[in-house]
Amino acid sequence: MDHQPPPFFKRGPAPVALLSFYVALSVALLVVDARLQTLEVLRQALSMFTHPVQQLAHLPAQFLDNAGNYFVSVARLQDENAQLKRARLENVTTLLRTQQLEAENERLRKLLGVKERQQAGGQLAQILYSARDPYSRRIVVDKGQQDKVVAGQPVIDDAGIVGQVTRVFPFVAEITLITDKEQAVPVQIVRTGLRSVVFGLGNGQLELRFLPANADVQNGDLLVTSGLDGIFLPGFPVAKVVHIERDTSYSFARIFCAPLAGVENFSEVMILDPRPAIALPEQLAKEAAGREAKPAVRSGLAKKKRLKRD
Amino acid sequence: MQTSYSSSRILLPVRPWFIGFSLLLALLLNLLPTSVWPGVPDWLALLVVFWSVREPRRVGMGLAFLFGLAMDVADASLLGQHALAYVLAAYGGSSLSRRILWFPLGQQALQVFPLLLLVQVVQFSVRMLVGADSPGMGYFIGPCFGTLLWPLLTFVLLLPQHQPVDRDANRPL
Repeated sequence: MDHQPPPFFKRGPAPVALLSFYVALSVALLVVDARLQTLEVLRQALSMFTHPVQQLAHLPAQFLDNAGNYFVSVARLQDENAQLKRARLENVTTLLRTQQLEAENERLRKLLGVKERQQAGGQLAQILYSARDPYSRRIVVDKGQQDKVVAGQPVIDDAGIVGQVTRVFPFVAEITLITDKEQAVPVQIVRTGLRSVVFGLGNGQLELRFLPANADVQNGDLLVTSGLDGIFLPGFPVAKVVHIERDTSYSFARIFCAPLAGVENFSEVMILDPRPAIALPEQLAKEAAGREAKPAVRSGLAKKKRLKRD
Repeated sequence: MQTSYSSSRILLPVRPWFIGFSLLLALLLNLLPTSVWPGVPDWLALLVVFWSVREPRRVGMGLAFLFGLAMDVADASLLGQHALAYVLAAYGGSSLSRRILWFPLGQQALQVFPLLLLVQVVQFSVRMLVGADSPGMGYFIGPCFGTLLWPLLTFVLLLPQHQPVDRDANRPL
């Protein structure tokens, strides 16, 4: 038998054992968070600790901001007020007509039996800060679970689509901007009605992908949401085409767009209410209900297929 | 008389609450809006390396992991990204602590630089594997400034451990 000498100084597990344990734990967390996205509860629990620290860290900046606002001259404020009043008067004619047109549109749609367009409603939120992560483009706003914000809600400002709520914490919510590399928005070109999807590039620009090299797109074309995704309401401005590269060696044109909304600005944004799912017609609903009877077999098959493809 | 930090005077034992307080302060510094400026070091990584070099038996990988998780949540990055980087830095710091403390402060800083760089490189490679967009080369300037701050940081953080000097003319030593 092999006798070990008694340990003189207790130091717990060996450093290498501890290291491998913690590395395995963090790698597991990384994989689960990146591939399965099921750690939101843990994130929310930890945010109860980090949220107060974050608020504390942003106090000095807020204080400076408030002090700056306090010393703004009265003359400038009066000037701004007059300007806003003028702008409101200028807009009031179009607004009144729009209300009348919307009512008329609703009546006509009812006559035709087409489903009514959903009214856009939402809640105003203040941008608190942009997320510190240098790899992604996200902002944090002051509305969260307390204000019934859910992940997936579209976010707009006065000029167009800003992004989409991707994570909700008790008091704040994270919004992924449309310029983030992982954000895509289904759009339509106003001039031609051509539908496509616009992707963020991560450098403040957007790209319209998978359009053939001879697609009818011009510089200055306006892109609005198409509403086909069931998340964004149709008709909100998203971006403007700024640069087109048509290279004959590629089958797709490279079309770069600039966002219309003040995506990188600090101001207030509007979180639009989530779109209700459109109910299926009766016959289709019945079929869908019948299909759900054996979902386990189906999902198993799907998993196998996916494995094969990989 | 305040002796210089390079002296080999015997220090008082560190108070545990001071370690916790300094780590929390570093977390706060990291979350300040100034952290988006180029060249601002990752304060928490710097403090984790500092304490794991100075007090490897008190500050280890467990504390580094917890603070890394907190940083991940506050940062809106992938969960485990900072934790992995800090754990590796804490391991490197504690296993090299005997050697690093042998050197004068300037050379200590040079040996700490690879550890600080490791923190950035680990995070960079994790995010590149997942497929995020690159933050640019400015991301790697932070560790350089962290290295330059090492002597100052050592002086400030060891101040509470300095003994009051009472001179005794009759004492032989």
